[in-house]
Amino acid sequence: MNRLLLLGDEAIAQGAVDAGISGVFAYPGTPSTEITEYIQASKEAAERHIVSQWSSNEKTAMETAIGMSYAGKRALVCMKHVGLNVAADAFINSAITGAHGGLVVVSADDPSMHSSQNEQDSRFYGKFAQIPTLEPSNQQEAYDMTRYAFELSERLGTPVLFRLTTRLSHSRSGVQRRETLSQRELSLPSDLKQFILLPSIARKQYNTLLGKQAAFQEDSEKSGYNELFDGKDKSMGIVACGIAYNYLLENYQGGKIPYPVLKIGQYPVSRKLVKELYNDVDSVLVLEEGYPILEELFRGILDDGKPVKGRMDGTLPRAGELNPNIVGKALGMEIPEGYKIPEVLKSRPPLLCDGCSHWDSFEALNEAMKDYSPGRVLADIGCYTLSALPPLESINSCVDMGASITMAVGAAEAGLVPAVAAIGDSTFTHSGMTGLLDAVNRKVPITVVLLDNSTTGMTGGQDSAGFGKLEDIVKGIGVEEEHIRIIKPLHRLHEENVKIFKEELAYQGVSVIIPRRECVQTLARRMKLKHTQKKTVKESSAQ
Amino acid sequence: MKKDIILGGVGGQGILTIATTIGLAALSEGLQLKQSEVHGMSQRGGDVQSHLRLSSDPIASDLIPEGKADMIISVEPLEALRYFNMLDRKNGWLITSMNPFNNIRDYPELEVVLSEIRKLPRYITIDANEIAQSQGSVKAANIVVLGAASPFIGLKYSSLEDAIRQLFSKKSEDLVQLNLKALKAGRDFAEKNRRD
Repeated sequence: MNRLLLLGDEAIAQGAVDAGISGVFAYPGTPSTEITEYIQASKEAAERHIVSQWSSNEKTAMETAIGMSYAGKRALVCMKHVGLNVAADAFINSAITGAHGGLVVVSADDPSMHSSQNEQDSRFYGKFAQIPTLEPSNQQEAYDMTRYAFELSERLGTPVLFRLTTRLSHSRSGVQRRETLSQRELSLPSDLKQFILLPSIARKQYNTLLGKQAAFQEDSEKSGYNELFDGKDKSMGIVACGIAYNYLLENYQGGKIPYPVLKIGQYPVSRKLVKELYNDVDSVLVLEEGYPILEELFRGILDDGKPVKGRMDGTLPRAGELNPNIVGKALGMEIPEGYKIPEVLKSRPPLLCDGCSHWDSFEALNEAMKDYSPGRVLADIGCYTLSALPPLESINSCVDMGASITMAVGAAEAGLVPAVAAIGDSTFTHSGMTGLLDAVNRKVPITVVLLDNSTTGMTGGQDSAGFGKLEDIVKGIGVEEEHIRIIKPLHRLHEENVKIFKEELAYQGVSVIIPRRECVQTLARRMKLKHTQKKTVKESSAQ
Repeated sequence: MKKDIILGGVGGQGILTIATTIGLAALSEGLQLKQSEVHGMSQRGGDVQSHLRLSSDPIASDLIPEGKADMIISVEPLEALRYFNMLDRKNGWLITSMNPFNNIRDYPELEVVLSEIRKLPRYITIDANEIAQSQGSVKAANIVVLGAASPFIGLKYSSLEDAIRQLFSKKSEDLVQLNLKALKAGRDFAEKNRRD
């Protein structure tokens, strides 16, 4: 089989295609987006009719995958770490129903918050759901582990959580492929009550899950992804999870690591290997990306065992991602210094693109809001969150997907009138629609600015679930037709748009203003494609 | 052989194209590689970097350790400063375009930025926009910078040319020719103007 140069995300995607999945279900989110995009672009996946259309949100993605697993086929679900919060209800309960066809849930964490609102550690979710969790250290492992995850899922009848972090998601390296497995036939679980979580059945199913814990543990004990390497210097033992293992290795170029090392790639953690390491050394250093989960277990409540070093005692920083230097310092090594960064350097935060419709929308909103005191615009997650930065400084919140509308409702109920919600089209269909229904039912005076650039812009321009349907959705939810205002966010229409904003801000009920203009990035891509297609047609007709 | 390269620039300036070109060339020479990229929020006009590691031996970390980069290749002068701490003091090279991408309000005087770069023992500053324009289009400025960096990467020049053919032939033959000329022009400039 051929060797491919793949991002960690793409290695998972190729691994899943080769493991015989019948569908991938996802909502875009950095750093997980490229998994689904790779399958969408894959010719092989298309030939094999693998379903890969974006879902409206992570919860619908998770549930669709559970349905595919119920019907006996292998399903992959992908999301960023905070997406797992959205999918959590379905995810946790899928552990209780168990899986029929292989069910693998990929959660890509973003320590250091390169493109996120927090740096939560998905391994907690594995523990929370009480299911096996895998964590690759490199691209090849990401590929191999994906197949292993499906095999494990079917063998033990459980969903499997697959955790990786930004650096592996977005780093490329050579990956050796293996043969492609055929897809599973349609089949239903032998127990047709297994997925009915009525209390009486749920209690039985929960006991089944608890009963499987020993098998999960047993599997970790035998897993090739957990490995103990011996070392001569017993003054310290090192536990390295996932990608942290690479940073450890990097500090011993060409030389063997003098300390015993336990490399961990599968959870629950192997008790046997931990015991073997612990009994052999005087102290323990725990290297893990994310929260100090294992470190806390090593310390226990009393922290009165052998000395433990890690994120909790300052040996490693408590927040942010690891890197070779941080790990090197923890090992007491001399870190070579580069040149001093000149003081003249300035920071360069991300910006809305030139020509982006959001500039015009927020310039009009800013002007319309001049008559009111500041602090009234509750916003959401997307490119338009960048309007928080100078020069616009238009918005006052960004909490979670869909929170703009519901926070505006709460603020308006508290007396902040007018309150404004600013939300993108894709975020609206992800999690904003139900909040708008609350607003309509409460008849609360809010103005929703539904920024329609007809794409999921921040993650690179994926299809938006509500495309062409937004007015109908808003109308169907019950917003009065005369207070659904569609505007064209253009500089030359600024005065007219300001006037419309002012009118709706003054209205004592729910109004929705939809500034509609396509994202300049997707427009440019579309025009380029059109141009190439035209050229190809011309050339072929000339022959 | 081991070459650790930091690529710097502003989102949209084409540093991933440079990374892919070097990556393809390295693969054709049978080297191992790891290349970390920046996706997501920063791609919107913010600073972006890529860590590119080439080696004849297995590579452990996806990130280059501080003070260990053999080269910084930057398509923007202010961005070049951002990675000074990564550069190896013993033999590290900085190759940067001297054309500012000014999308911030407090962009310093260009001369001040360039004077910081000139304090380094080994550097090349190149007017990549003008050279790219003279070869046909300013769009190839990133490949001009790659050309200027090419004598120090440790890959055969012909491997880089082949990589450009491979990468751009999907788009058009005109683009292949433009970028080959840009690569050559950048390289010629470097041979004449290297400071070491």
